[in-house]
Amino acid sequence: MAEAEPTRLILNGTPVEVRADPETPLLYVLRGELDAKAARYGCGAGLCGACTVVVDGKAAFSCDVPLHVVAGASIETVEGLAAQQPPHPLVTSVIERQAAQCGYCLPGIVMAAKAFLDESPNASRAEIAAALDGNLCRCGTHHRILDAIEDAAARMTEAAR
Amino acid sequence: MKTPPPLAKAPLISDWVRFAPDRRLQVFSGRVELGQGNMTALAQIAADELDVDPACVAITGADTTRTPDEGFTSGSMSIVQGGMAIRFAASAARAVLLAEAAKLLQQDVETLSIEAGTVRRDGPDADLDLWDLAAGADLDVPVLDHARPKPPEARRIAGASLPRIDIAERVTGHPFVHDLAPDGLLHGRPVHPPALSARLVALDLDGLKARPGVVAVVRDGSFVGVVAETEHAAILAARWAANRAEWALDGDAPADPVAAIGASDEPAETVHEAGADPGSVAGTVYETAVTRQYLSHGSIGPSAALAEWSGDRLTIWSHTQGPYPLKEAIAMALDLDAGAIDVIHHPGSGCYGHNGADDVALDAALMARAVPGRPVLVVWSRADEFRSSPLGPGMQTRVRAVVGEDRRIAAMDVVANSAPHGNRPGRNGSPNLRAAAYLEHPKPPARSRDVPLANGGGTDRNAVPGYAIPNLRIAKRVVHAVPYRTSSMRALGGHLNVYALETLMDDIAAEIGEDPVAFRLAHLDDARARAVVEAAVAETGGAFGSEAGEGAGWGLGYARYKNTAAYCAIATRVEVEEDVRVTDVFAAIDPGEAINPDGIINQTEGGIIQAASWTLKEALRFDGLAVATETWLDYPILTFSEVPRITVRVIPRPEEPPLGCAEAAQGPMAAALGNAVFQALGARVRDLPLTRDAIVTALSS
Ligand code: FES
Ligand code: FES
Repeated sequence: MAEAEPTRLILNGTPVEVRADPETPLLYVLRGELDAKAARYGCGAGLCGACTVVVDGKAAFSCDVPLHVVAGASIETVEGLAAQQPPHPLVTSVIERQAAQCGYCLPGIVMAAKAFLDESPNASRAEIAAALDGNLCRCGTHHRILDAIEDAAARMTEAAR
Repeated sequence: MKTPPPLAKAPLISDWVRFAPDRRLQVFSGRVELGQGNMTALAQIAADELDVDPACVAITGADTTRTPDEGFTSGSMSIVQGGMAIRFAASAARAVLLAEAAKLLQQDVETLSIEAGTVRRDGPDADLDLWDLAAGADLDVPVLDHARPKPPEARRIAGASLPRIDIAERVTGHPFVHDLAPDGLLHGRPVHPPALSARLVALDLDGLKARPGVVAVVRDGSFVGVVAETEHAAILAARWAANRAEWALDGDAPADPVAAIGASDEPAETVHEAGADPGSVAGTVYETAVTRQYLSHGSIGPSAALAEWSGDRLTIWSHTQGPYPLKEAIAMALDLDAGAIDVIHHPGSGCYGHNGADDVALDAALMARAVPGRPVLVVWSRADEFRSSPLGPGMQTRVRAVVGEDRRIAAMDVVANSAPHGNRPGRNGSPNLRAAAYLEHPKPPARSRDVPLANGGGTDRNAVPGYAIPNLRIAKRVVHAVPYRTSSMRALGGHLNVYALETLMDDIAAEIGEDPVAFRLAHLDDARARAVVEAAVAETGGAFGSEAGEGAGWGLGYARYKNTAAYCAIATRVEVEEDVRVTDVFAAIDPGEAINPDGIINQTEGGIIQAASWTLKEALRFDGLAVATETWLDYPILTFSEVPRITVRVIPRPEEPPLGCAEAAQGPMAAALGNAVFQALGARVRDLPLTRDAIVTALSS
């Protein structure tokens, strides 16, 4: 592997440097060097959403983005949302509503929802669902997940008042 | 109360519960958490019998180093068997400890009680807790000498919707096998043959060894694995090899495997008979023949395992459904003494039955053997998961019903035809692990025996109608000749068999001009069955049975899972334009005693959505002997926008034994969809999935 120049990123608000081949997909850098393993591998092809993180405010499939593309960018993962005090409403609502079965898909869904609600805080349930169509859940937890996201959206609106 | 079977292998109280010095109640289960919430429910059962705060329970799932051997966690038996073993063991611990307290306090045991783990004497605190008592008591005694579970009315914690103990970690943390990162970790990837029977003809192993980051290359027969320093290096090297490997494929595959199953002349076996031969019963005959395609379990996180050899010992961390059987199967595959192997369960993505979880464990063991002392994590690719996991079997089910002059079904003949289910590790006397079939010393899968009806059935699961029909002949034909590797997927044959039975019920009702609900109730003499059918329909608030709207329809489906487990009925509404869209689902489920009602609702919602996806959309594609499906583009599943509104009503029966419930909704949901589409279109779609093409075909025939 080519010994690479360090790539600088901001991960959940903290500047970090990684030495990895700049062609490495962001997902493996997050899961490897950066130990942000809540970004999960599902397909490696941008077709399931398990690896979704937020890059400069937009949801992105981290399996599909080479490291060099995100040099200097701000990356948010669910670890960041969970570490906030109090935790981000999306995290709180998903847990309160028990909106998971195996949970493998959830970090990606939470991050996709975060990027979407930040842009569209008053979205309808159908709009939220459509925004999540790139995220698959095989356990069939969709119904609860949508309930939880609606609930989180209400909390976020409330907090923004 | 019946003796829980798991106590046979783990008879002592201390096999199941121990009192740790840190004032935790340790509970050891031989079951595994697959995302269904069973560990939470099992912890509740233990906490309830001992009257301790559920927060102090620390439960350990199956681990061959320290828990009872409960075989596989499958068939919705965690609570039915494993839960009852824990209930017995915890109640026995309670009895032993209270007897000890009675001695110490010189009190009659009847005057003592427990509250939050502390002994009370006629009410006030006796200044003794269970942990103090356990220090002086002998818990290495048989559960059955002391077990006396609480009466249902005394339960406080079992029956409550406590939050799952593992959700937060699953949503925000790193709980999966995929996330394990012990010191010295290496990453492995297999280069799978395209089919079980394929043989490696040529691959430049030296070239592979020289790829960046590669630490070791393993070849054993046609098994090839590559081990690298980083995950990405392992992926790139495996891809390099996959693009260059040459395989020889031997044998034929039918052009249409499901049609081949339906046309098979392999012997059928009668599995259930009642009354006269249905062929001899006079009346009007109604028939159906329905099919489903081969399906993929489709876990979102592909199968993964971590393996490490140290000296002659092999340790595997796996999301298998059966750590103990996997240990035996790996020993068989590698000609090792099972005593040299440990398998520790660690969570994975939901598996929905026998997916690649066990296979990848053997892959990891083979790769780790090349780098002793270093742990090797192997994660399959998405393509591996589709192409190399055991498949959900393709099936065809035929039903012939005879309706008498009284407008009731007098006889029924069912023949369920299927590729085999139930080929789990170690079953049928072979490892049933993928790579074992193509090692230098191969151990190919033995001929499948499917799952016998006494164990819930495989091909024939739910092929016996739950209706009061006097003359029955039920047969199964397990088709071995189609060359794909299949095994158990949630609900097994119950998905298609219930589709067959319940769509024929509606066909007959429509033909003789009876209401589908009344027609079913007229054939149901079990009050609990009637109750779920009535409840599901009632939940629709009168919408079921009234006009559904242009191009829309309502449908009903009912079954008691395995004919012995939970009762479930589902009413659903669909709209059919080009595709079928499910708008509403109303389910009623009777799970017997409900340990955690919210957990049951969660599992039932999941079963409904998953079954809707199978039934509306899913089919694997083949290219000769190989599975052609490689990506989610080739295998669409239900998305967020396509998910209906769902209402699940649980009818708890605290005085009854708990019944497995996590697979109860699949058959009824499939059937309800078929019946709703029938009402919307006036045409019966017999071949799943209910896609645009299938509908066009049905309309034109
Ligand atoms: S892993 Fe990135 S979209 Fe599936
Ligand atoms: S909760 Fe298991 S895949 Fe979504």
